[in-house]
Amino acid sequence: MHFSINWLDFTPGASLIGGMLIGLAASILVIFRGKVAGISGIVAGLMETGSLSQGHHRWRVMFLIGLVGSSFVYQLFAPLPVINIEASKSTLIIAGLLVGFGTRMGSGCTSGHGICGLSRLSTRSLIATISFMLAGFIACYLFLHTI
Amino acid sequence: MKNILTLLSGLIFGLGLILSGMTNPAKVIGFLDITGLWDPSLIFVMIGAISIAFFGFKLVKNKSQTVFDEPIHLPGKAHISKELVIGSLLFGAGWALAGFCPGPALVALGAGYKKAFIFVIALIVGMYVHDHLFKACKKTNLH
Repeated sequence: MHFSINWLDFTPGASLIGGMLIGLAASILVIFRGKVAGISGIVAGLMETGSLSQGHHRWRVMFLIGLVGSSFVYQLFAPLPVINIEASKSTLIIAGLLVGFGTRMGSGCTSGHGICGLSRLSTRSLIATISFMLAGFIACYLFLHTI
Repeated sequence: MKNILTLLSGLIFGLGLILSGMTNPAKVIGFLDITGLWDPSLIFVMIGAISIAFFGFKLVKNKSQTVFDEPIHLPGKAHISKELVIGSLLFGAGWALAGFCPGPALVALGAGYKKAFIFVIALIVGMYVHDHLFKACKKTNLH
């Protein structure tokens, strides 16, 4: 096992600025809407029915329209960066099921726990973030280097 | 106004994901593959995001309502459960397999990628299975 950095693909500047935009978006949502920008929770909340608070679905739909439409807006200013999905269709299905089930069981994903939770200094989110990062490293190693 | 701001938040979130490179699964896998040729960019995304959101959340810390008179809902911070850890481990494994987490997958779906569509459908099914079948099943067992 050796350790080396991929300097060619490393984009500290763009990633830092992109990250700051994500932080800005999360701030806007909590300040003006009182909600946490956790994508898995926002999506899953759309499937809830029954006695829900007023506007339960409305803010989720508005946020998701912005998110899903972002590539269109980006392309008005610059060509869209490459999106390289190497996984096969069956791998994507397994991965999607794991991500869907896992984020609901763990109450959050990279955005809700990794960004919002850590920004709030939540111990719960720190444990979640360490758990999914660790599982990600191990699964990646097993998937790419052993199978 | 609050709906426009919510839409703007989703839009800026997506633009940030695109600019940061996180909508590209190959780049995310480049981060998770620590024993390969490692791309640490994702750490910079987190540093950038947290450095701004830290102040956003600080601003609402002692407030119970927004300027639009809506309650500010923030989840608890301390409760550590078996579900939290096991769920996060499952999520991490799925994340590594495809290089997609929910946000970037939705952006790639919007960009018209068929494979992102497949992932998002499976994602929704996985969520539904947990929230509406698995959890309901667990509840009946408890009674």
